[in-house]
This record gives sequence, C-alpha cells and structure tokens, in this order.
Amino acid sequence: MKIEVKDAPGQLVAALKPISEAGGNIIAVIHEWDPTLRSKTRIVQVVLDIPEDRVDGLVESLTSRGVSILRMGEERLLMKRSVIMIGHLMHTDLSDTVDQIDCTGFAEVVEIHMTMPGIAQRSSALLTVSATNAAHMETAMEILRAVAKKKDLLLVEPMEESI
Amino acid sequence: MKVAILGLGSVGRGVVSMLAKKDLGIVVTGIADSRGGVMDPAGLDLQAVLEQKAKTGFCGDPSIRGEDIVKNGDYDVLVEVTPTDIRTGEPALTSIRTALSRRKHVVTSNKGPLALHYTELMHLAAENSVQLRYEATVCGAIPIIQTLQHGLAGNEVRAVYGILNGTCNYILTRMADEGLTYDQALAEAREMGYAEADPTFDVKGIDTALKLVILANTIWKNGITLRDVDCTGIDLLTAEALTLAGSQNCTIRLIGEVIPGRKLLRVSPRILPKKHPLVVRDTLNAVTVVTDMAGAITQVGKGAGSVETASAVIGDLLFIRDCHVKGD
Repeated sequence: MKIEVKDAPGQLVAALKPISEAGGNIIAVIHEWDPTLRSKTRIVQVVLDIPEDRVDGLVESLTSRGVSILRMGEERLLMKRSVIMIGHLMHTDLSDTVDQIDCTGFAEVVEIHMTMPGIAQRSSALLTVSATNAAHMETAMEILRAVAKKKDLLLVEPMEESI
Repeated sequence: MKVAILGLGSVGRGVVSMLAKKDLGIVVTGIADSRGGVMDPAGLDLQAVLEQKAKTGFCGDPSIRGEDIVKNGDYDVLVEVTPTDIRTGEPALTSIRTALSRRKHVVTSNKGPLALHYTELMHLAAENSVQLRYEATVCGAIPIIQTLQHGLAGNEVRAVYGILNGTCNYILTRMADEGLTYDQALAEAREMGYAEADPTFDVKGIDTALKLVILANTIWKNGITLRDVDCTGIDLLTAEALTLAGSQNCTIRLIGEVIPGRKLLRVSPRILPKKHPLVVRDTLNAVTVVTDMAGAITQVGKGAGSVETASAVIGDLLFIRDCHVKGD
C-alpha cells in the first residue's frame, strides 16, 4: 500500500505501528522522496503480508491516526481457497464448471489437480479458486455449489478459519 | 435415590455394571429389556441381573414389561436407554412422557424422542417440576450438554461444530491413512463392530444431524427438527479425494455445524488442516463451542461405547440426585 505520512520525526514509525498491531508482517518500506510535492508530507510504499480479514481493521486504524492511504496494491485481498469435487467431472463438462467461475471477473480457477481412476468411475479434483475478496470468494463458492447440485457432483469445502 | 432402567443393550449393561461396581448410593428398583423385566422396590441384585442376561439373553420375567415398570414402578428417575427410532421416537417417547407425567425425572440416551419432540418434552418436564436429561445422546462420554447448559452459562453461543459420529470418523481416518476405498474402510468398520449392518444412519450423516438438532435445541430452544438440517454424508467420498486433501497437508472429516447468526445448520464432509483441533483419529468425537466470553472451547473424547456412554448417563443421574432429589 502507498501511504502518506507527515514529514516529521517519528511519524513513519507511528504509521507502521498499526500494521504490526494488526498482525501484519512488513516485508519492505520504500520511502519515496518527491521534491515536486514540497509539502509537509512524505509518500511511503509499504509491502506487507496480512491476513485478509484484518485488512479493514488496519485501514481504520491507520486512518484514525491521520495516515492517508493513497493506494492499495493489486495483491490486496487476493485470497485462495481449495475445494474438492467428486463425480463425473469430465462427462459433466469440466471446462463449463471452470468457466462459470472464470467469467465472473472477480474470481477464477487457478489450479486443478485431478485423478480419474477409470472411465466409468467417479473422478476427484482439487480446484483452487482465487478471488479478490472474501465476499467474492463466497459468491464463487455459491456458484460452485449450484453447479455441483445441477451436475450431481459432491463438493467438499474447507472448514472456515474463523467463525 | 431409586432408579428404574429401560433397556439392557450395550448402554444399559454399561450403566448397570457401573452402578453395581461403584457405590453411588443409587438403588435400582426395576430393569426391563424388550423381552421382560425385574422389579423389587427394595433394590435389585444388579450382578445377578447381568449374569442372567448374559446367560439367557433375558433380563427377567417375560410377564413384567417395561411399560409396567414405567407406569407402576417405584422410582425417582427413569433411565431410558432403549434403541432409537428416528421416525416416531417410540416406544421411548411414550415411556418418557409417562414418567415425566408421573413427576419422575428422566435420563435418556435416546436421540429419537429428543430430536423429534424436544420442546414438548422439555415443557412436560418443566410442568411437572422434574428434570429430563440427555447427556448420552450427543458425543458419548464428552459432557457437551452439561458444558452448554451450565459450564458456559451466561455465554452467548455463536457456533457449535464438530465430529459427532465415530463410525464416519473411523472410515475417513482409515481412507486417509491406508488409501482404502470407502467400501473397504466401511467393511473394516463393520468387522471392528463400529458400523451397523445397515450403515445408512451413520454414513449419510443422519446420526450427526440428529445430534445437531439436539445441540441446537439445547442452546437456542428454537424447536428445530431434522428437516431443517442440510445434510450430506461421506458415502460418495473417494480415496483419491482424501489423497488430494493430503497433498495440501489437509484431510477430510464429516463436520456438523450450527451457526445461528447465519441460519446455518449443516452436516457435510469438509477439508481441514491436519493440525486442526477437530482432526481426531479413529472413533473419537470432537466438538468446538464458540462463545462471546469464553471464546472457542474444544472437547475431545469417546463418542460411543458401553462404559463411556454410561459415564454420561451416570453423570446425569448424579446431577439429578445432587440438585433435585436430595432433601426433597
């Protein structure tokens, strides 16, 4: 994320503190010096790793301390979830199953591992879905649940991390 | 405290043998199975009853029926541990109603009546100022009902989820460990005596769903029934699915979950990290309760077994003795 902090001693540390408090791991801090700005603020780019469900809290915490968030990186809220599908996956048009997720624009199937023990036997596949945020992931899961129901496939979802 | 016992199958024999062994101050005045019974207001010789049952298959006089004991017996608490019928709840339902109406406390391990008529039975108990306790209906030896009703009293329960069926857990453990197919693991579970000849009740998730209904009613008293549970079993799982989950350092378990905030009541096979607290082995059960004050609490223990289930029944009996009968 790119943040704007006051150009005064101790301000950068104060701005970074909420990140560690929120359980984030700071990977890099790039201090940008833009002479054209001539303002009393500095632009700082922070690369961090933080659980998706804590991002909103971090944003609030930073904003309440007077730190402006100029931009959130593309990796923001990029989350993955793996599910297992069991059934006649090929005979029920696997590419259509994948397309239904991909065409949403906010989620896509990024990985498939599949085993097909025999032509007449049910196959099993591990599908990894990537989505831009938790709500979009849930929508993608709803699509998969509907597809599984329609195509008579067993969908095994992960146990959610937190309730 | 005087107790009458209906049912002398695995659970009943466990209860009787533990009552015979431990000096708990409980006098058993009547015992009946489906073929007969024995009554003695002064107290029965429990060891003799067990020996007779083992030797002849009968627990007593064929002319003495369970319903006679329920209707006319001299007891403070009826221990109802007959087999469950999930369609009608009978004959246990009638026995429980009769005992409660006679102002007798009831302790049962029978899921059917509780899952079908929870609200009615609890009202009947309250009207008659007696206790209806059912710790043994869910998770065998784990004191989950006691935990919810008393241990976590005052907490808002936000979710309950867990592994509530040992048979399914055994099958899934064996499929993951040995790469067995579902049919092979089921056959093994039958050989070990964990699965019934007709395993539908367990593997389709119905048993887990019944327990969820009982748990949900215990906490929220919302009169839900089996029809409200979205239920998927484990019978369509493949060995390959377990292997695929294993490749992610995960495994698959049959999870029952109640999350009132999301109106969610579901039984389904789920992917869990191998290190997840609910990933227990073989026939163990595990249940997590998520609350506002206490956070998440997970209990692990034996979900079935004669003596383990007797532990739950005896716990209920002593609770009634200490809190409701003593000093009456």
